[in-house]
Order: sequence, then C-alpha cells, then structure tokens
Amino acid sequence: MTKLLSMNRRSFLQTSAAGLAAGTVPALFGSGAAAQTALTVGFIYVGPKDDYGYNQAHAEGAAVIKAMPGVTLVEEENVPETVDVQKTMESMINLDGATLLFPTSFGYFDPHMLAMAAKHPDIQFRHCGGLWQAGKNPMNTGSYFGYIGQGQYLNGIAAAYATKSKKIGFVAAKPIPQVVQNINSFLLGARSVDPAITCQVIFTGEWSLAVKEAEATNALIDQGADVITCHVDSPKVVVETAAGRGAFVCGYHANQSALAKDKYLTGAEWAWGNVYTNFIKSAQGGQKLGNFVRGGLKDGFVKMSPLGPAVSAEGRKKFDATLAEIMAGKFSVFKGPIKDNKGNVVVTAGTALPEDAIELESMGYLVEGVVGSTS
Amino acid sequence: MTVQANDQGLSLPASSLASLRPVLEWLARRAEPVVISLGAVIAGLALFSLFILAIGKSPVTLFQLMYTGGFGSWFSVQNSLSRAAPLLLTALCVALPARLGLVIIGGEGAVVLGGVAAAAAAMPFVGSVPPLLLFIVMATAAMLVGAVWIGFAGFLRHYRGVNETISSLLLAYIAIALMNQFVEGVLRDPASLNKPSTKPLPAQYMMGDIPGMDVHWGLVIGVLACILSWVLIEITSYGFAARIAGGNVRAAQIQGLPVGRLIVGFTGLAGSFAGLAGMIEVAAVQGAANGSLAAGYGYTGILVAFLARHNPLAIIPVAILLGGIEASGGLIQRRMGLPDATVLVLQGTLFIVILFCETFYGRFRIFNPDLWKRS
Repeated sequence: MTKLLSMNRRSFLQTSAAGLAAGTVPALFGSGAAAQTALTVGFIYVGPKDDYGYNQAHAEGAAVIKAMPGVTLVEEENVPETVDVQKTMESMINLDGATLLFPTSFGYFDPHMLAMAAKHPDIQFRHCGGLWQAGKNPMNTGSYFGYIGQGQYLNGIAAAYATKSKKIGFVAAKPIPQVVQNINSFLLGARSVDPAITCQVIFTGEWSLAVKEAEATNALIDQGADVITCHVDSPKVVVETAAGRGAFVCGYHANQSALAKDKYLTGAEWAWGNVYTNFIKSAQGGQKLGNFVRGGLKDGFVKMSPLGPAVSAEGRKKFDATLAEIMAGKFSVFKGPIKDNKGNVVVTAGTALPEDAIELESMGYLVEGVVGSTS
Repeated sequence: MTVQANDQGLSLPASSLASLRPVLEWLARRAEPVVISLGAVIAGLALFSLFILAIGKSPVTLFQLMYTGGFGSWFSVQNSLSRAAPLLLTALCVALPARLGLVIIGGEGAVVLGGVAAAAAAMPFVGSVPPLLLFIVMATAAMLVGAVWIGFAGFLRHYRGVNETISSLLLAYIAIALMNQFVEGVLRDPASLNKPSTKPLPAQYMMGDIPGMDVHWGLVIGVLACILSWVLIEITSYGFAARIAGGNVRAAQIQGLPVGRLIVGFTGLAGSFAGLAGMIEVAAVQGAANGSLAAGYGYTGILVAFLARHNPLAIIPVAILLGGIEASGGLIQRRMGLPDATVLVLQGTLFIVILFCETFYGRFRIFNPDLWKRS
C-alpha cells in the first residue's frame, strides 16, 4: 500500500494530460503483481443499494470489483450530501484504511469530496458525474461519467415501434442538462423512426419522490402516452406504475425488466463494473488513475438491456443497426437542423455534435416534439 | 411528576439520617429523570439486541462497533460532534414550543429557508465586508425568516385555531418548494449546471472549524443556544409564564398572561434557531444554498427534543448520543453488512421505549422528595 501511495504522489509531478488513460488502457502489469497489492476501496451511495436505479447500478459495479483479488470493499448507503458524507469518507480512511474512494452521488463532489481531498492528499478520490477541471481541482481527485444519451436514443427507437398513439412519455426529476439531454435523445430516437411522434415530459422536481413519480406516470398515460421512460434516481415506481397500467416501459440506470415483465422493451443501463475494474487494475498496478474519464456505449460505460418480447422484428432490426452504428463510433444524436420546442434553431444544419461535445454539457432546451417546459 | 407523597409508612432511623436528609431530598429530585432515561435507553438497547439476534447477527459485535464508530477514538468523537451540531438547533425548534404545549414538527422548513435567506443576504456583501460581519448579516436574515416561518404556525394556532403540528409540517413542504424555486430560479448561479445552487461563498468567507478540532463552529453556537434557552425557560419570568401557559392555557389567561404573544414569541424564537441551523449549513458546510439543505435535520431534531424531554440542557447530550449513533451507523453497514435501516430501527426502538417510560414519572416512591423530608 505504501508503494501504491508513493507511486501516486510521484505521479502528481508528471505533466501528462489526464485524458482517458486510466479508464481505457488495461493494466499492463500482470495479475500476479495485482494480487499482491492489497487495496481497500470505499463506495458511498446517496440512496439504498437495491433501488433498481442509480445506486443499484453503482452497487452492481462495486460487486464486480469485490470479486477481484486483493480488493477489500467497504460500502455505505443512504449518506446525505452534507457533513455526513465528509465524515463517512474520513471514517472509511481512518477506520477501514481505504485508499481509493468512490463517492457516487453528484452532490458529493463540491464541496464535500474536494474538502476531503485537500485534507487527505495521499488518498485517491474518483467521483461520478462531477466536472473535474485540470488546474482547479486537486490531482488526487477525478471524475468519471458515461454518455448515456445514446442509450436513451435507442430507447426511443424501441418506443417508436411499440407506440400506437404516437405519444410517448418521460418522467423527469429536475430540468438540468443531463436530464434534458436524455429527454431530447429519447424523442429524437423515436422521431428517427416516425417524425409524427411527440414526447410529453413531466418534471417532479426531486430526485426521489415516489408519490409524484406515480402521479406523473398516471398523468402521462391518462393523456394518451403508451410508452414511458424516466430519469429519476429509482425508476422502480415509474416502471411498475406504467406496466400496471398496460403501457410499455423503457428502463433507465439499471435493468428493470423484472418489474415490468413483457411490457419492458429495453433500457439504458450503466456498466460501471467495467469502469471500476479499470480503476482498480490501474491502482493495483501502481499506475496513475485518470482524472477525467468519460465513455459511452462503445467504450463499455453504458449498455442496453436485452430487447423484450414486445419489440417487433422490424424494430429489432432498426435497433441493432443503430447500435452497430454507435459501436462503430461515428454516430451523433444531435444532428442539425434541430429546433427547440419554441421554434428557435438550436443546432444549425450541417452540424453534428459528437457525444462528448461540450455544448451538450449545458443543454437547457427541449427539442421540437417534446411537450413540456424546463421552467 | 407531582404525585403527592403518601408514604408515611416508610420511616428511617431519624438520628443517623437527619443530617443527610437535605442531600437525599436533593438527590431524589434530580435522580428521577436520569434513572428513568438511562433505564429506558438500556431497555431500548436490550430490545434492539433481540432484533439483531433475530436477524442472525451478534449484538455484542454491534455494540462494540457502535462504540468504536461513535466515541472510540478522537476521530470518532469529532465525527459524532459534527453530526450533532445541527441537531442542537433543530431540537430547540421543537423543545421551546413544547414547553408551551405546542407540538411543532416543521423545523425543516425553517432550516431550508434560513439557508436560502442566508445565502441571498450574503450576496451583496461578499468581498466588501469582513467575514464576521458577513456571518452576522447572514445569521440575522436566516433567523428572521425562520422566526416568521415557525412564528406563523404559532400565530395560526392561537389566533385562527389551526393545529400547529399539521400547519408547521405543511409549511415545511411549502418551504422546500420555495427553496427549489429560488435556487433553480432567481438565485441560481448560472455555473451550477447539474446541481442548481446559489453562488458559492469564497473560501475566506467560510465559517471554518473550532481551533484544534475537526468540527465547525456550529457546535459552539448550538451549545450556547441550548444554554440560553435553558436560562430563558427555567430562570426568567417569560419562561415561567410560558410553562404556566403550557400547563394550562385557561389558567394562564385568567392570570392575565399574554398567551398569544408568548406563543408567537416562543414559536418565533424556535424558528429562528432552526433558521440559524440553515445559515450554519450554508456558511460552514455547503458554501451555497441548494437542495442538500433539506437533509432531514429538522425531523431528527424532533426525535432529539422528545428524548431530551424538551429540556434545552438535556438536548446537548442527547444530540451527541444521536450523532454518535449516526456516526457508527456507517461502520455497522461496512463491517457487519447490515442495511442502513438498522440504525433507523434502533432510533425507532429507543424513541418508543423512552416515550413509554415517560409514564413511569411519579410512580416510584424512592424518587419522591417528600419521602426523605420526614421521618
């Protein structure tokens, strides 16, 4: 462990750009060396580990690294984004001997993780979703995230073949860029099949608010939507409510097919197991961990749930073809001309934004065809 | 508590105990709450042990871990104190009105709005005034808003006959909605993309830690507030009047006590303490007002106040005990693989047993001071 720490400290001096190095380059050191390096890794979740959603996706990733030789996993769930998470991180460091921490909730980044990273320069912190900036944030911190918008685009394709009313619905937490991008991707995917489709969106205002999520789902179905997806912390309520009402469902975060049975079309899932495995291999191999790690479907950061029985042969074909295009790496969801739902041109003709385009990180508009408002 | 003595039957050898009698009388008076509270805690822990045995884990290991995580080292003590700090103020928000016979459970609303008010009030002054002055401005704004919020519930109770428990709870929901409206609207820092927040305070304007400790100044402020509240209730004539009104409103009115003003005043003061807790969250922990302010401190404060029997001084140890239970909750999750809900079961069990033990006051002759007065 001392060896690992000194390697990390030395690596601060290196001026090499952070990039995707640790995320995508597999450990070059043999597994024999890795097995000897004991490493205690801490995972912190904002909600329950079995929420069929955001936290479960991370816990499944943690379960993958738990099986790796030399790794001791410590986990804590339901940790609020307050001084509690700072103390939980310190407790893992002081009492469990953790040297690599993954605080997984967005709100843990600033100020909590940054404060702990400044206080414990020998410990490595990697955060899910934060926008790590070189020069501004310490080198023992970093962030990783997946481009899941293309997964929602594929959800939209599956939804387009299932809808009869040409109306699909989206239950969203907050009108922030990550969520808005998913809503737009879902509708654009559906419109790539049938341009007459519209998507109604309802914002609940909170990441986890079961009653409102159920109400929103019912309201969407009452208004004629027959395929529902969502972006809330735990899609369980939305999925069960929608399937119970006879609507089709596209999943999000984790695989919810068990909750909707044959009403489940597909779902955009995180594949954190791959991401965490790479981090652990790098740490055990004494390599520098990436500070800004991003990837999408083709990088193995995101995956799709297996297509359900309700997806038609035609839909399956289009889905597989688009997926193949995405895996080839030349695909853009946001190809101009695109108007927002107030009539303004937001992506000009001839522009195709790749999934890592910086403009997408601050998206504040809903595209034409989305019924709803961000304010 | 005021059951009259009728225990002439029990007599003591007058000669030997005569000089000890005042001491014993004093002891009997003071011992009752201590013995009953401790007994309740022990009984609660015993019941909880049965629960732990029932799920096949060792209560001994669990209590050892609770001690290690809550109080077993200087780090653990500071961890507990950090978590206790906000509870001191939110418990006062319940305890003060309780002495007037009111059950206020909406302190959470005053916390979040106090935080928003503090962040908003700070904006024009950041950079132009010294930090201490800024804190005074922020605290004043937060306390005013908190006082209005909870004072309004008191006002409704006295002048409109609205149940204060329900109105304060509903006001808390309104407060959280208002907070979201503010931090996602007019007060939003445009740079806070995926977590809408107010503009963060610069580092030099953060409240910082108590020298030599890893606990922020909120702990000192909370303890001072508890002591002041105790003086107010137990020593001053206002407190005396409030206790009379709490015991019997009609009697207080017949005595000519200004019951309406007492109720609005005490609920207002209670709300100002909860508002102050919100200000401290912003100035000492978060650095900005955002959704993380609604972390449930207002609700945990209810538990603390009831366990402390609404005695402001007793709030201090009870808050530290609960802080310790929460601090050790993480270690229990990590070491024993128990879910986070275990700590909730413990808190719930303790709460019920302690409330049940309230019925024992005045039932044990040994605590009756009159027993020790006469022979």
